[in-house]
Amino acid sequence: MRIVCPFCGERELGEFTYLGDAKPQRPAADAGEEAVYDYVYLRDNVAGVMSEHWYHGGGCRAWLKVTRNTLTHEISAVEPAAGAGAAKVGA
Amino acid sequence: MAGDQTNRLNNGGLIDRSTALNFRFDGKTFSGFKGDTLASALVANGVKLVGRSFKYHRPRGILTAGSEEPNALVELRSGARREANTKATTAELYEGLEAASQNRWPSLNFDVMSVNQLFAPIFVAGFYYKTFMWPAKFWEAIYEPAIRRAAGLGRAAQVPDPDHYEKAWAHCDVVIAGSGPAGLAAALAAGRSGARVILCEEDFVLGGRLLADGGTIDGLPAAEWVARAVAELTAMPDVRIMTRTTLFGVYDGGTYGAIERVNDHLPTPPEHQVRQRLWRIVARRCVVAAGSIERPIVFAGNDTPGVMMASAMRSYINRYAATPSRRIALFTNNEDGWRTAETAIAAGLQVAAVIDARPDVSPAHRSLASKGGFPVLHGAVAGVDGGKGGVRKISVSLTGGARAEVEADGLAVSGGWNPAVGLTSYHRGRPKWRDDIAAFVPDGAPPGMVAAGAANGAFGLGAGLREGFEAGAAAARDAGRSGNIGSMPVADDEAFSITPLWHVAGKGKAFVDQQHDVTASDVELAQREGFQSVEHLKRYTTLGMATDQGKTSNVAGLAIMAAVSGKSIPETGTTIYRPPYVPVAIGAFAGHHRDENFHATRLTPSHHWAAEQGAIFVDTGLWKRAQWYPRAGEKDWLESVTREVKTVRSGVGFCDVSTLGKIDVHGPDAGAFLDRVYINAFSSLAVGKARYGLMLREDGIVYDDGTTSRLAEDHYFLTTTTAKAGLVMQHLEFCRQVLFPELDVQLTSVSDQWAQFSIAGPKTRDLLKEIVDPAEDLSNEGFPFMGAREVKLRGGLKARLFRISFSGEMAFEISVPARYGEAMARNLMIAGKPFGVTPYGTEALGVMRIEKGHVAGPELNGTTTAGDLGLGKMMSTKKDFIGRVMAGREALVAPNRQVVVGIKPTDKARRLRSGAHIIPKDETPGPGNDQGYVTSVCFSPVLDQWIGLGLVERGRERIGEVVRAHDPLRGEDYDVELCNSVFYDPDGGRQRG
Repeated sequence: MRIVCPFCGERELGEFTYLGDAKPQRPAADAGEEAVYDYVYLRDNVAGVMSEHWYHGGGCRAWLKVTRNTLTHEISAVEPAAGAGAAKVGA
Repeated sequence: MAGDQTNRLNNGGLIDRSTALNFRFDGKTFSGFKGDTLASALVANGVKLVGRSFKYHRPRGILTAGSEEPNALVELRSGARREANTKATTAELYEGLEAASQNRWPSLNFDVMSVNQLFAPIFVAGFYYKTFMWPAKFWEAIYEPAIRRAAGLGRAAQVPDPDHYEKAWAHCDVVIAGSGPAGLAAALAAGRSGARVILCEEDFVLGGRLLADGGTIDGLPAAEWVARAVAELTAMPDVRIMTRTTLFGVYDGGTYGAIERVNDHLPTPPEHQVRQRLWRIVARRCVVAAGSIERPIVFAGNDTPGVMMASAMRSYINRYAATPSRRIALFTNNEDGWRTAETAIAAGLQVAAVIDARPDVSPAHRSLASKGGFPVLHGAVAGVDGGKGGVRKISVSLTGGARAEVEADGLAVSGGWNPAVGLTSYHRGRPKWRDDIAAFVPDGAPPGMVAAGAANGAFGLGAGLREGFEAGAAAARDAGRSGNIGSMPVADDEAFSITPLWHVAGKGKAFVDQQHDVTASDVELAQREGFQSVEHLKRYTTLGMATDQGKTSNVAGLAIMAAVSGKSIPETGTTIYRPPYVPVAIGAFAGHHRDENFHATRLTPSHHWAAEQGAIFVDTGLWKRAQWYPRAGEKDWLESVTREVKTVRSGVGFCDVSTLGKIDVHGPDAGAFLDRVYINAFSSLAVGKARYGLMLREDGIVYDDGTTSRLAEDHYFLTTTTAKAGLVMQHLEFCRQVLFPELDVQLTSVSDQWAQFSIAGPKTRDLLKEIVDPAEDLSNEGFPFMGAREVKLRGGLKARLFRISFSGEMAFEISVPARYGEAMARNLMIAGKPFGVTPYGTEALGVMRIEKGHVAGPELNGTTTAGDLGLGKMMSTKKDFIGRVMAGREALVAPNRQVVVGIKPTDKARRLRSGAHIIPKDETPGPGNDQGYVTSVCFSPVLDQWIGLGLVERGRERIGEVVRAHDPLRGEDYDVELCNSVFYDPDGGRQRG
């Protein structure tokens, strides 16, 4: 598999580390135990198009949001995480 | 002049008659020519018997002339280079080649195990499952060893492979598998358009079937056209031709696997060269021009030496000028098979008869028969009379019921052609059935791939050239290349007609899979016993599971299954195709990653100095760390380690701790960021101070620990454990980029930039004064415990100095740029000499941390909470941090959790071992009363006894209780006392002093 890193270009799978579903959002500090439990443990096992976190540890160390079809491994989009790169968000 | 090559034709063939090559087969010396394969040289020397079969030890000959060969497998080379199950049909001949036949004892000609044939009824499909059911323990002790002796193929070399293998990457626009007419045409079109092309050919000569079957292309004899095409391709700078290279697999994103047999055609690889190279080729497009494989017809005695695929017979005669037989019978169900009769006549051989299963034979072939003086028999071969000496007589059941006999010493068989659908099907593609050619053809392919020519069911020469050329042009266009592709090579298409015939009923064994000895009756038995799905058929009978992966047998097997279960072939379907297309040596996949290069090795900055000191090294992850430094006269590690500890506790010692992960955290929000990733606060840490920090995972379990220092308002220096260095960096980047993108903070890994040494012991300050610039204040007031700042060293070098202690002694850690690490070690030795300094290794480091009750890897084991480690009070209640909420869940704060506690044996002389389980005293050990286990142990020089740390249920409430340490693994059982985990200097006065 190959992923087009927005910073480094097209690179081979071995440079990347997979984390998992990029959809769950870390709950706010006061969201309560149930919300955090959901966030930590309850994950969808998607057969099809899924948004995933990948880490380009063998390259620029950016965290990426990769849209991948888990059935075909087809990658339709790659975007950097909100805080990837040197610049601060909003700066 | 053919010499002793009795079956070599005087003329023709693509062999170099000026270069004779001597070789040995089963100890006998033969000669062949450059350009031969081992198989063609054996054919030229009249050798028909080349091996014994897998289960029944039946005599077997050469069936094919390519990588689909099921029978002619040999052990090639000897000693450490002995390679089992090498196909004689693809092994290039070289001077001095040594090969031995397999699976026979004592000799190929006389094989004791051929009595297995008499027991054939017990070796039927599923015999493993049926015969050796009971008693179970007999399986390992008796049945399996006996079967392994009797069955099997070659023997592996029992010593390490002395040769090198490597892995390489290549990138191109178009990769082409196969250099037959379709492959060459594709390469021409793509190359002319300006595309970067890689053409892979598994043979050592380009041309594919053109080498054996000839033909006319663009008005030229095929060989001449091939030579011109190759010359044109060779002249193109962006076309790379790779012979001896098989494209064996396709992976996601247009990545292809190929194995290049760089030096398999030589006795040993030249110095500094590899034997094989594993290629990963990244291509925008792929044209599969891998051709097709002629398939056998299953009939009784079809495995007799001398029975050969019709196309293989043409290869031996035309390409190698070697005659497998003198009087040949041909059994075909299609037009193409007749070419072998033409070839035999042209070579001056006798054709005994053509047995054609089709109702009609073309007028041209009728006249060929009458001119050649041989009969055309309409019917099928029902049996072969012969044995290890080869074919003698063939019995034919004629259409209408009559029988006939044909005397011949060779039988060419053509059951039609199967396109090589492997590559196109490796992404779970299912090939589709085409009735007109009675074969499966690709039905789509992985993205970017297309099949052309015979691999796509286009068997005619003209069609193959056309499909290949068009596919090559389209592939180049898709890759953005638009040069002039010139004119397409043109040839006529041969007529093709086939009447499917898979299996001829008859008396005697009729083999479907010759390599695994699977017969037609095994397939029928599987059907009767309910194993009708092709996937079940495969596993029950092992059809297609041998090293040839059923290239000549799979389709026949499923066709027979279809017939006996009353279904059509497409209804029956194929099994899933999986790479690799040909066997690939594990050595090639490993490449250079073996032995000491199995993984990368990381050396500490002081490694070479430590080696000079005679340090004993231990592998910790990728690192080599000094474990202890033995001195003359010390009898064992314990004596050395004890001396190191005592020297530190009474004087001074130092240890290279550069393996810790080190991360610079910069930015106005650095403190706020660290507050969120550690359970304790760091924004409140004063500049010039260090603090121990603990990180949790989001599920509340401890992740990592380490000290972090604030070097400036917006600059922290964070350390991690050695093991988690990379993972913590990844985790922190996730926090920074994904969870808290609003924070203005940057992370820089500086693990490799700083050499760091721990200097510990009451005389540390004395030693440091010799190293650090005299202007720096190292007094307790000027540099108090947990102080951290940049200092100048004597000579002007800037260093980072931290007053932190893992040993419990007065200690500093000093960081210098990594390139000064070795010099620092040498200087510490020189400066420390008056104070009796000793370097110490990871063992002494471990002893001192256990004496101090500090937790490390064995306690931070992915199951413990901050509370378990006795660090629960560090958890801030004033801020949110990773893991905060989950750490408060019921089970993670339960009062009966196993927590860190000190452990010492009641018998002071007793040695402790980690892993022992803690059981209440006087109770019988069992899962019900298992209360924890010993995690870390050491011999404490201070206490003069073994001590340990453990995770024990309610441990901290049970200080003073005597419990049982139960160690069934080592057969030990003894009493220990639970105690405070800080064995040494519990109030910490020494490290503050």
